[in-house]
Amino acid sequence: MGRFVLTRVVLGLVVLWIMTLVVFLMFFVAPHNVASLIAGRQATPETVALVKHRLGLDQPVLTQYRHYMWRLVHGNLGYSFYNSSPVRSLIWARVPVTFSLALGGAVLWLLIGVSAGVLASTRPRTLADRAVTVAALFFYSMPSFLLGVVVFYIFFFRLHLAGLGWFPGNGYVGFTHNPLRWAQHLVLPWFTLALVTAATYARLTRSTMLDVLGEDYIRTARAKGVSERRVIFRHALRNALTPVVTQLGIDVGTLLGGVIVVENIFGLPGLGQMAVQSVLQQDLPVVIGTIILAATFIVVANILVDITYGFLDPRVRVH
Amino acid sequence: MSQLPAETDLPEQTQLGAVGLAIQARSPSRLAWARLRRDRVAIASALVIAAIVLVALLAPLIADLLGHHPDQTDQVHGLSPEGLPRGPSWAHPFGTDSLGRDVLIRVIYAARISMLAGVVASTTAVVVGVVVGLFAGYVGGVVDNFLSRMMDVILSFPFLLFGIALVSIVGPSLGVVIGVIAFFSWASVGRIVRGQTISLKEREYVEAARSIGASGVRIMFSEILPNLVAPVLVYLTLLIPSSIVFEATLSFLGLGVVPPTPTWGNMLAESLGFYQVAWWYVLFPAAALLTTTLAFNLLGDSVRDAFDPRGERLFRR
Repeated sequence: MGRFVLTRVVLGLVVLWIMTLVVFLMFFVAPHNVASLIAGRQATPETVALVKHRLGLDQPVLTQYRHYMWRLVHGNLGYSFYNSSPVRSLIWARVPVTFSLALGGAVLWLLIGVSAGVLASTRPRTLADRAVTVAALFFYSMPSFLLGVVVFYIFFFRLHLAGLGWFPGNGYVGFTHNPLRWAQHLVLPWFTLALVTAATYARLTRSTMLDVLGEDYIRTARAKGVSERRVIFRHALRNALTPVVTQLGIDVGTLLGGVIVVENIFGLPGLGQMAVQSVLQQDLPVVIGTIILAATFIVVANILVDITYGFLDPRVRVH
Repeated sequence: MSQLPAETDLPEQTQLGAVGLAIQARSPSRLAWARLRRDRVAIASALVIAAIVLVALLAPLIADLLGHHPDQTDQVHGLSPEGLPRGPSWAHPFGTDSLGRDVLIRVIYAARISMLAGVVASTTAVVVGVVVGLFAGYVGGVVDNFLSRMMDVILSFPFLLFGIALVSIVGPSLGVVIGVIAFFSWASVGRIVRGQTISLKEREYVEAARSIGASGVRIMFSEILPNLVAPVLVYLTLLIPSSIVFEATLSFLGLGVVPPTPTWGNMLAESLGFYQVAWWYVLFPAAALLTTTLAFNLLGDSVRDAFDPRGERLFRR
């Protein structure tokens, strides 16, 4: 197991290194003039040269790369072009929002998706099964921004018109500040994120559950008089969850991409909103910082999935 | 869904065990095609897609017919006295937008962008993925190692985030959107094809081809590739809707195709300022987008089912 974990971690680090290299080449070496962008439209050539010097862009590429990697290894992501504050603290300030959104969303989509899948698979070809299938197809085909707009319209705008201000349309309140208000601000984003994603889980759970329920050991369990509830949840679901875990790893890894849309629609000041803002302001260090963070997330999630796999299914470890 | 053929008038649908009838050999693709033709949902979604493609192709003609053009603003007749969009009427069946432009013709023109982005990006991704996957799987060794790591790296990229970052330096355009989708999607096709190739290249028929002196390229493309039609085709039909959604999402965020060129994504973004007064402005682009993705997902599901009737279909009916 130790060796297995080690190989995965080393591979993950290599992937991350390549990623930082690509990001560096794309943003610092590619011919586009960052310095004149920061200096402003009416800057004299001297000002541009000065900015270039301050950013170290006048140095040879290799020296720049050395500095970039050196800072990166020390956890320094550089400073925002826009307001000169360190990228790390900018990101850090946004993490709680995105984390709250992601955690609540993930719990919800697992609950909705897996239970819908179990419901459908234990009653195949009934109305419940069909309903789950149709709903899954519908939400699977639904772009998240579209669902966000619909949810916003119904649960914010229409309710407000009706005089029911249950769900705020934007903003964020810290959990430690006021847990109730925190949840209130996040309910709509949570559901938007969860419904789009839960569709995949419902389908996945349904099909693996159907496979597993046809296995001999399930028949054995039933034959020896185990209650149906126990058969479904203890015997079948546990085995059917392996692909769900893989999917969860992939989704949690790429979540930083998924929250971009939701945060922008519901005005949540998280990492996704910051990413879009900094792209629009051409604030490169912040953009790069977010990309590297997101990539790290994906790599770490992949490693965790592999390790979990190793625990769930000992055969994986051997190979 | 693996039902016996209902129609017996078709010569290829010879029933098994029927006495005195010659049993014809049918290739898996022909079998799949026969199943697909009998799948009502597949036919319906294919028809919807065909209709959308047709309307998109004929957009200039329809514009002449309607007498409106996608970028033609009409502040006098297109807006209400208060300067707001006008609701659906005979002159503007889908109403007008905030600049007095006809929403119907804009939705139609937007279909061209969506289809172009979806089909071109997905096809490129699939072609690149198939070629790389075949080489990695067939050649093996160092080549395989290198190509597989490359796919790993690409799959580890934060797709949407990277896309919008790229847009920030090269500027938003349809070309960039298509490029980004193709660049990040080929790796998953490549991975599937590589895995299949590795198992297929050990088959006897490949060995036979090799023993009569067929070249590597020939084996890859005319011995192994035909056996990969099913997974590749399924992947393609499911990749198209996700490419369409990706384009719409980028355009919605203002980072894809920029106005005045209409796309469903940027129309929705524009309409959000008016959702309280002009429901048609939001509804029609949204409905167009959802119908398209639904039709493609249903078709992709049917294609998968046609190739592998025993396999669990995603959306069983």
